[in-house]
Amino acid sequence: MLYVPGVMDIDDIQTVAGLVILETVSRMTARYQTPIRVPVSYPIPFTIAEEMVRAGYLHAGRPEGFDTDSVQFVSPEQFAYVAALTGIMLRDKPGAHIFMGSFFGESLMLAETGYLTGAIQVAGTANVHQLPFFVVACDYTLIGEELFAASAYLSREAKLVGSLKGADLMKLAVVALVLLGCLLETFGQHGLTRFMASQ
Amino acid sequence: MRREVPLFITAVIGLFMILSFFVPHQWVSVPADYLQASAIVLVACGYVLGGANVLKVNVVGVIRQQSGWPYQLLLVVSLFATLVIGAIEGPGFLDPGMRSRWIYDRIYMPMSATMFALLAFFIASAAFRAFRIRTVEAALLAIAALIVMIGRVPLTNALMQWAPEPLRLQNVQEWIMNYPQNASKRAIMIGAALGVMATGLRVILGIERSYLSGED
Repeated sequence: MLYVPGVMDIDDIQTVAGLVILETVSRMTARYQTPIRVPVSYPIPFTIAEEMVRAGYLHAGRPEGFDTDSVQFVSPEQFAYVAALTGIMLRDKPGAHIFMGSFFGESLMLAETGYLTGAIQVAGTANVHQLPFFVVACDYTLIGEELFAASAYLSREAKLVGSLKGADLMKLAVVALVLLGCLLETFGQHGLTRFMASQ
Repeated sequence: MRREVPLFITAVIGLFMILSFFVPHQWVSVPADYLQASAIVLVACGYVLGGANVLKVNVVGVIRQQSGWPYQLLLVVSLFATLVIGAIEGPGFLDPGMRSRWIYDRIYMPMSATMFALLAFFIASAAFRAFRIRTVEAALLAIAALIVMIGRVPLTNALMQWAPEPLRLQNVQEWIMNYPQNASKRAIMIGAALGVMATGLRVILGIERSYLSGED
């Protein structure tokens, strides 16, 4: 199993989301005694990823199964990171690749190389321009907000699921606001548009 | 206490940083700047940990002669060579004429450009797979992509002069890009923005605590 938590540092919330999902994934790999490999591109996410994988093994009741070399710092340079990852894919041929986090130009290179190795691939990102590449080359893709909802969905914790409900209600409010804006603009009332533009 | 203290610190600093975004007063902005500078120091320390990990993994790989160990050896040698040359050259190590600059321009940049150039081949193979019409959705995607691609070629403008204005491919592709494409893109972006807020609040308020290892 190869898990990639994106190519950005911890100040990108997508990296945080990717690392949070990693805990659940490592819990699964611990349960099924499947080796996991997590190459990370920045040092702070590297230390957190190590902690996540350790926590996953601990929560699965197999702390002795945690391999300290499973989480590896690679390079913050985009294409150096890609070269290392594609090398791992082609040499070790992991059975599954999970890409969760922020991706840019390298998304297709990773996903296509993974496709060529025949691995099952799951991807998730909120970077709209990279989504088509993942949709084409991966078996399953989490689109935009699904990346942020995944950890709550996987944990089934009431508080986390409640926050999803809150986000859904906010979404409803936004949809209502958009519809109201369209209606007001159609009838030549520009007050709401001006107010929103100034915020 | 092992969990409560980190959660409390996260909540206080997280809420303070949100506050600094809205309150430009120096009582807030000065500590916020200090915290951000501290974060940079923390990241710098992180690089030491990262470097140590790179060395550990690769040196052990070379000693055990794991698969691909010559690459690991090359990595370790390159790492030390770059580090030593940079340290000898001091603060102006990236000035023109310096050896570090030569390494960057003549070795790193061409290798990076080579990796980026591979993208063209990956796009070709992915496009080939994406445009195979198997379902109604795939057919819609292929038709829309074909119209956008052909509509953006200048030659199409010249060849479509005979058609009524709204049916010219350049106008059809513009409509596809401005309305259906933009609407769906914005829908994803609005959803993602709400997800960002929800995730940020979950972490700051300590609702999302899986990043803290240890017993529950």
